[in-house]
Amino acid sequence: MHPAIVIEALEKTFQGNRRVLDIASLTVMPGEMVAIIGASGSGKSTLLRHLSGLARADRGGTNRIVVNGRCVQQRGHIARDVRQIRAGIGFVFQQFNLVGRLPVLTNVLAGALSRLPLWRTLPGWFPECEQERAHQALKRVGIEELSQQRASTLSGGQQQRAAIARALVQGAQVILADEPIASLDPESSRRVMQTLADLNRQDGITVLVSLHQVDVAMQFCRRIVALRHGRVVFDGAPSELTTGVLSEVYGSELPSPELEPAVTEAPLPAYARA
Amino acid sequence: MLLRATSPDKPLSYMPSLARLLSWLAVAAVFAWSWHGADIRPLELAKYSGNIVTLAHDFFPPDFNEWRSYVSGMLLTVQIAVWGTGLAIVCAVPLGLLCAGNIAPWWITQPTRRLMDVCRSINELVFAMLFVVAVGLGPFAGVLALWVHTTGILAKLFAEAVEAIDASPVEGIRATGARHIEEIVYGVIPQVMPLWASFSLYRFESNVRSASVIGLVGAGGIGQILWEIIRAFEFQQTCAIMIIIVVGVSLIDAMSQQIRRAFI
Repeated sequence: MHPAIVIEALEKTFQGNRRVLDIASLTVMPGEMVAIIGASGSGKSTLLRHLSGLARADRGGTNRIVVNGRCVQQRGHIARDVRQIRAGIGFVFQQFNLVGRLPVLTNVLAGALSRLPLWRTLPGWFPECEQERAHQALKRVGIEELSQQRASTLSGGQQQRAAIARALVQGAQVILADEPIASLDPESSRRVMQTLADLNRQDGITVLVSLHQVDVAMQFCRRIVALRHGRVVFDGAPSELTTGVLSEVYGSELPSPELEPAVTEAPLPAYARA
Repeated sequence: MLLRATSPDKPLSYMPSLARLLSWLAVAAVFAWSWHGADIRPLELAKYSGNIVTLAHDFFPPDFNEWRSYVSGMLLTVQIAVWGTGLAIVCAVPLGLLCAGNIAPWWITQPTRRLMDVCRSINELVFAMLFVVAVGLGPFAGVLALWVHTTGILAKLFAEAVEAIDASPVEGIRATGARHIEEIVYGVIPQVMPLWASFSLYRFESNVRSASVIGLVGAGGIGQILWEIIRAFEFQQTCAIMIIIVVGVSLIDAMSQQIRRAFI
């Protein structure tokens, strides 16, 4: 079985020689649900953006990123056919990144753009089967009745589920979720995470989700990768994630109390205990 | 949204009093320097006030005997504005996108912007005179003049709207594997649509006003009738035409206000 995601020698330096990513090797197998944790600025978002070719690694070097068996970027050059590769990668953003003035249905149908000809997509003539697919996707995430509303009128949780429905219409085998619940209330967070977990378990979609809340990561994911200053400092099962590891991951930023509840005596939120 | 408000927590900086005094003196100097060139003669305004009152008197009562021809001239003017603005909108959409720094690379935006500067900086009246020479007297020359000038204005306004968009929805569309042009159609255009519609309607209103002027150089419409009648010193008819222009322009303004509301 081919891995779903292969990362080799990924290095990314921002202006001012600030090394934000330095990952020697990371592999995710199909059907895995992996959480990426780490403090703010540890490189979680940057890593996910590299995986769908929205960001480019440093030129030179031997870096290589392969998703779904296809090379997204190599030695700091984005693949020419990156748009076709992206079609197989659903991306869920912290701020949802829906087009607020368009109806939810159109936002979800955008997932079909890559496989339709321009004469259909430019005037917005989506074939019947794609419309049906979009409705099915909206039903799957539980917001079918909102399909004709403008996306901007939805709550944060509903928008995020619409964004997941867009990934479903893409037919994505991999979903990358960049802090999908960071802007949501606890109940919406639980529903969004549950939706991602269901897609992972029932459809076998590989999910890579960056999270700020360690407890959520431990509840929903069987594998956790922790980043610190762009390096992988932990990669293993939630049970191996000890207080010692966490204090290494979060370093001096640990004091913020909501970051350390899982393995300490602090009680888990209700949804995490369920 | 094109204007940036001063942030409330930052106190307004007052210039030192000497610098302020000097800048006021500079403003006064500019006006003094222009006095002679602009042939300012306030005393004569008072001296000839009698003439002006007589002239104003000649305008009343307005003579509406030929109102049918005035109204059809006004309609013709609106028709010129409709086509001039319509063609300009069609051209300004692609040209505006090509002028936007977040859509096209600099080697496309820079030449396109300069071309639009040229279209914009030459008054429609000048274009109308040139097109009258090229395509002959009549409304078509007026349409062409409005088209070129309005394209230059709308392309700039459209590009500014595009440069002010939120990039994240566009990235959302990009992440699905959509093509560049689909990113624009699905991510950019929905965001700028209310502004674009508003700019277009505003330009339509001002083009109705401009179209009534470019008739002066023979480009058709109410302006042409107006010019002929003023030259014949028929002031009562002139007054009637001016009333019709005011009413027509006000109606168009009111209508486009209504349409604009539907787009927001």
